[in-house]
Amino acid sequence: MKLILLLSLFMQTKGFVKVTAPKNTDGSYLIVQYRVPVAAVDSLFLYRVTGKGKKLIYTGTETSKSLSDMGLNYKNHYKYTLVYYSNNSKGEMSSALVKPVASWFDTSAFPLFLVVILYTGMLLFYLQSARSGKELYLRPIAGLQAVDEAVGRATEMGRPILYVPGLSSLSDVATIAALNILSHVTKKAGEYETKIIVPNSDPIVYTISREIVKESYYSIGRPDLFDTDDVYFVTSSQFGYAANVSATMIRRKTATNFFMGMFYAESLILSETGASTGAIQIAGTDAVTQLPFFIVTCDYTLMGEELYAASAYLSKDPMLTSTLKGQDAMKIVILVTAITLSILELFGVHITLGLF
Amino acid sequence: MLQKKVPLAIVFVFGIVSTVQYFVPHPLSQAYYDLMLKWLIGVGSMAIFLALASFLRHHYSKLKNKKQAPYSLIAIISFLFMSVVGFAWGTGPSSLFQKMFIYVQAPLQATMFSLLAYFMASASYRAFRAKSLEATLLLVTAFLVMFSVTTFGNYVKGVPSLLEWIMAVPNMASKRGIAIGVSLGGIATSLKIILGIERNWLGG
Repeated sequence: MKLILLLSLFMQTKGFVKVTAPKNTDGSYLIVQYRVPVAAVDSLFLYRVTGKGKKLIYTGTETSKSLSDMGLNYKNHYKYTLVYYSNNSKGEMSSALVKPVASWFDTSAFPLFLVVILYTGMLLFYLQSARSGKELYLRPIAGLQAVDEAVGRATEMGRPILYVPGLSSLSDVATIAALNILSHVTKKAGEYETKIIVPNSDPIVYTISREIVKESYYSIGRPDLFDTDDVYFVTSSQFGYAANVSATMIRRKTATNFFMGMFYAESLILSETGASTGAIQIAGTDAVTQLPFFIVTCDYTLMGEELYAASAYLSKDPMLTSTLKGQDAMKIVILVTAITLSILELFGVHITLGLF
Repeated sequence: MLQKKVPLAIVFVFGIVSTVQYFVPHPLSQAYYDLMLKWLIGVGSMAIFLALASFLRHHYSKLKNKKQAPYSLIAIISFLFMSVVGFAWGTGPSSLFQKMFIYVQAPLQATMFSLLAYFMASASYRAFRAKSLEATLLLVTAFLVMFSVTTFGNYVKGVPSLLEWIMAVPNMASKRGIAIGVSLGGIATSLKIILGIERNWLGG
């Protein structure tokens, strides 16, 4: 403590310009700290000095300050010069030459990296188990067991199926999961020659869903069932899309409605309209705020990860189902870790594993 | 065969590189990320043309149906009108395009949004019918939450703290449970796609 006080006293009397190159960055900035050796200044100017000359980066009257100098090139060396005026006298200090550090690995993300490696390892382990022919049990998911029933009902009634792949873009995993399920539903509908209508709100999702429906019909040997008019782009406007889909449910009297993917405030408009038409409805989303609406208005709801598991569940492919086992194993690891750390916390042992 | 192998190879390479990129703050890594974003915008822009063609084709085919023709006609006319207005007079703050957006589209969207109030009432009625123990618990909890945010609720001793507990403990616990599952499921789905195990996005 005394040493720090002495050091700070020494620094105050001497003054300094200290430059630090922070780690775990792209090397685009340096942290500059200064302290002038006088009690007050009339004005001061901080310059960045390079081989090309000097540039003013800060001016003020503070006797000490820490600031970030942004927009630097990690390949160059930089020096900082502080010029200050106090009681009509001029003072000047300079830092050493410093080069920003452009890191190749963000060490602050190392705990996350370890978790990713551990989880990937678990998934690969279960994939290997599936390759060896080991039988894996999957708990029944009512919403997915009802897919056949829902498609069958539409067939019996001679009415189309409506498949809504959410309102988000392809960067959302929920949308990808929804498109995976679309393939299964289309194949099933194709086997019964039942029409499937897929309205889209995102241009990229539209192009992919069109190809998925087309390829699915091809894969069951019924390319003749594909109608370009059944998979279409509606609008990117949230409520414009809700209006169109609601109208489609009412006008075309869809017997089965699937709402899979990412949904926002329009979820209740869509599902409540579907419920009013008497259609059987299966929803699946990872949007926590929309789940209650779907649970209330739909016959079956896939909650959160069930949406991601749907493709594996429907395909019964051991390779796909094995990853679900990996997910469960990771959940056990998280649960045990959370309970252990909570108990340790109760005894005053504070461990965060660098995750918080 | 090549039609499936090439996309799978592209997804594998870019999936692995993009995962590693997250942990690398070096400017070269950032440059790669920026390039990918530009590609995303480029691909998205091309997809817009396909989407617009689909929009026009879909509504044009509906014109033959007497019942649906008026709606599709309005959709086509609106699309063409807004395109012409936007290209001819620009989309600036005081342009006709903006006025159409503010005075026509925004109120139409607000109208659709306001329907939620009615739908919420009918959905709540269905949810809160005390047919089982779970539904009764839901009804009681919902009543307590709604009551505690009213003026009277604030004056009843213990109710505001009960609301706080409901939101912070059972509600938050279930939310976090779903969030953990969603995160793990998201990573597993991504890995399945990157490794080419999940191929349904290619049509099966």
